[in-house]
Amino acid sequence: MSPPVAPPGWSRWLVPPAALSVHLSIGQAYAWSVFKPSLESALDLSGTQSALPFQLGIVMLGLSAAFGGTLVERNGPRWAMTVALICFSSGFLISALGAATEQYWLIVFGYGFVGGIGLGIGYISPVSTLIKWFPDRPGMATGIAIMGFGGGALIASPWSAQMLESFGSDSSGIALAFLVHGLTYAVFMSLGVLLVRVPRPAKTAADGTPAPLEGVQVSANSAVRTPQFWLLWIVLCMNVTAGIGILEKAAPMITDFFADTSTPVSVSAAAGFVALLSAANMAGRIGWSSTSDLIGRKNIYRVYLGVGALMYALIAWVGDSSKPVFIIAALVILSFYGGGFATIPAYLKDLFGTYQVGAIHGRLLTAWSTAGVLGPLIVNWIADRQEEAGKSGASLYGLSLVIMIGLLVVGFVANELVRPVDARHHVPARKKEAADVHE
Amino acid sequence: MSTSDSSPPGGAAADGPVPDRRPLIVFAWVWVGAPLAYGLYELVRKATQLFTG
Repeated sequence: MSPPVAPPGWSRWLVPPAALSVHLSIGQAYAWSVFKPSLESALDLSGTQSALPFQLGIVMLGLSAAFGGTLVERNGPRWAMTVALICFSSGFLISALGAATEQYWLIVFGYGFVGGIGLGIGYISPVSTLIKWFPDRPGMATGIAIMGFGGGALIASPWSAQMLESFGSDSSGIALAFLVHGLTYAVFMSLGVLLVRVPRPAKTAADGTPAPLEGVQVSANSAVRTPQFWLLWIVLCMNVTAGIGILEKAAPMITDFFADTSTPVSVSAAAGFVALLSAANMAGRIGWSSTSDLIGRKNIYRVYLGVGALMYALIAWVGDSSKPVFIIAALVILSFYGGGFATIPAYLKDLFGTYQVGAIHGRLLTAWSTAGVLGPLIVNWIADRQEEAGKSGASLYGLSLVIMIGLLVVGFVANELVRPVDARHHVPARKKEAADVHE
Repeated sequence: MSTSDSSPPGGAAADGPVPDRRPLIVFAWVWVGAPLAYGLYELVRKATQLFTG
């Protein structure tokens, strides 16, 4: 399948909504928790069991992005978005069958395995194309798409909850909800499949053949052999770990932090705090990523990691004496968390070129999977140990905060060590030309 | 949209009249913008609980 080349006059402003239609859909993954209570009561599951489809989905996201990236580069964004549409929607349809027949393994397989492949391929599907359409503003372009992944949960969370309320929380109600999700997302994502186009390759004046790509170009296989790739892997992993550390335990954290004060935080206020963090996460994706186009990728990661560490230090220092300081610092950290995700494709483009940036991005997302395990593990394990030791309130999280600062400093140092890629890793011009002709 | 926004980076010249893409652009952005606006509205409603709850 050859990538769909834009006809003359095709607007590049049609590409971000194409990307958003996919990312807003697959971002539903972060709203899986809406289904958990209903599944647990309808199918007699434990909390751990009901989380399985989501966990498998995230594992499959990392694996399919890492191993499917080269295929996405070869076959183009329309192929990738079609695969994402089929897998993500089929995942829901299989899950609907599983709920209707009360076969829970079908839900795990459908949503987790099949849907998870859709998550990974869908996540990386527009990245390379957006960077090629917006060479002047790659941070803004990928920021729009990756903001959509954050926005997907905002849409799905109230929508899915409303659906369960209307259809009922028994197995047939859940089955119907899954069915509607699968069909709706198939229609919604089809906009991306229909609209996405790759830019026409530049022609040389002499013979009309495609000109080779300009600047440094590195293949995905070569990129993983460079120190730059692994330094960025550490940067992303540390930044995401620090963000997830707060995000994963946001509600109990703010409640515990101010439990021993004169102004304790209620359950509904804690839910409001979680919602504000989601807003900061989304705003950071588009805001900070766009800023990186102006101040440079290395500088923006200095801000994410350096100021992020300072914000954690501020929380540790102020403790439970100031709620506004706690809230503002947490919002800033979460905006950096989102910004870190959204800026990394443009950083990769700066270092490795556009040749196989989507595939390289896919492989780098294994840092996300690692951080997804690391962040919650650190915060939960330490909070449990501190509680066992008889501590309460803000002191439950003191050690976690210090560890997060340490991780961000490690990330900061890794970012400082990033240098341009050595010429021996560059793709020879002849090979690049062949790639252009293939395109 | 400026000319540079509607020309592909390759810069190939159009052979005939270029169709007006603006209605399609508006439709595409409304397609993705409407559900996002709904999600943001729900988010703001929930976020206000931090100050009222």
